[in-house]
Amino acid sequence: MIDLPKHDLLAKFDAVAGERQAYLDAGGRDPVGVVMSEVLSPTRAIIAGRETITMGTYNYMGMTFDPDVIAAGEAAMREFGAGTTGSRALNGTYASHRACEDALKEFYGTRHAMVFSTGYQANLGVVSTLAGRGDYVILDADSHASIYDGCAMGNADVVRFRHNSVEDLAKRLGRLPAAAGKLVILEGVYSMLGDIAPLKEMVAVARAHGAMVLVDEAHAMGFFGEHGRGVTEAAGVEADVDFVIGTFSKSVGTVGGFCVSNHPKFEVLRLVCRPYVFTASLPPAVVASSAASIRKLMHAPDKRRRLWENTRAMHAGLRARGFVLGTPTAESAIIAVIMPDQATTLAMWQALLERGVYVNFARPPATPTGVYLLRCSLCAEHSADEIATILTAFEDAAAAIGIDRRAAA
Amino acid sequence: MTRDAIFARICELIAPLNRKGVPLAEATTFAGDLEMDSLTVMDLVANIEDEWDIVLPLNMLPELETVGQVADAVAKLAK
Repeated sequence: MIDLPKHDLLAKFDAVAGERQAYLDAGGRDPVGVVMSEVLSPTRAIIAGRETITMGTYNYMGMTFDPDVIAAGEAAMREFGAGTTGSRALNGTYASHRACEDALKEFYGTRHAMVFSTGYQANLGVVSTLAGRGDYVILDADSHASIYDGCAMGNADVVRFRHNSVEDLAKRLGRLPAAAGKLVILEGVYSMLGDIAPLKEMVAVARAHGAMVLVDEAHAMGFFGEHGRGVTEAAGVEADVDFVIGTFSKSVGTVGGFCVSNHPKFEVLRLVCRPYVFTASLPPAVVASSAASIRKLMHAPDKRRRLWENTRAMHAGLRARGFVLGTPTAESAIIAVIMPDQATTLAMWQALLERGVYVNFARPPATPTGVYLLRCSLCAEHSADEIATILTAFEDAAAAIGIDRRAAA
Repeated sequence: MTRDAIFARICELIAPLNRKGVPLAEATTFAGDLEMDSLTVMDLVANIEDEWDIVLPLNMLPELETVGQVADAVAKLAK
């Protein structure tokens, strides 16, 4: 046995552990313990011995098994080794890291691009570094945890406005000292409900109050706007957005984060941004695969069209079957199926898995306003047959666990 | 507005979130006594900011554990 000190630091999590244990003891499957023993394609995996259609992977453009993306990674691994064993600021910048940043600059049409080891670190680093003591960060209430954590790590005063409310943003900006530095943080697509931000109006309000603007396009890269640059491009506000944050772990199909910008002083961030400096850089294979994927995404109108078709078909199909969804129409490639409570959500999640469909189980505080939901994210590579199979599984699962969909609607 | 009036108004703003009907006093804590999660506390902060037209930055929240401490902060900012 381990001899623990009297004050056990882990005891504060007993309630969390107990809640999970009670659910598992009652025979439930663990929504945070899913293991994929094999991954067959961007839309198929083996889970608990069963072939399963994945609809909760953010693999929007289906790039994970693209032959060119894999070949680029394999070549880089052979040429440069398995890892860099170093920070970007020391021995961890290889030609492949620069090539990846060049691909991003070309994709976004910006002068600068900086690659981080994850999307989480990109937000953590950029938010905490840009806004310092005496500055203000003004963020949407539904911002991703990485943005909140970036605020917690920095020294700025943090002001939160009501989700997607242009009026509330204007009111809160109006209360701040005119001379203070301000950073307004928005997301193109909000990842829980899949709704998009009214960027045109919000960016105009931010600019009117002299604020710099950062937009996180994690869930929009590749299929919003003419060049796939995100909601920023689709809304026509690229010139007034100072920083775009993004990730490789969704449309790009690898892992990593980035910030692109036209700010003339941008490069200094490589010296002062701690989550960039004090961590090892991405492995050569990852940046090489990412660069290959980003370049392919510049010319992927077919994939984009299929992704939107799939999303609209899934949204319409779920609606027709009486499910309550996070948005009245398909605004992004995320579809949030709203559930009445935790027990029903877990039962439905498990019933879907037993029918060979994987979606995300999401609960507060990750979700806004105490909502429980089954979050679905579509892929360009989902086939019409897979969409039909998923819809049937939803219908059967709801019937099996007795969800009254009409009452819920 | 007096400190007492501010405290009373804050209690009114808390009321709809006080599902268990915990009696509200100066020393009542948000996380402990009222069992509020961080999202609920942040929503309450937004209502308080609007009530007095003030800025109550989120980074101040770790120091505002009790209803009385929030009343003190508002009394200071609302001047």
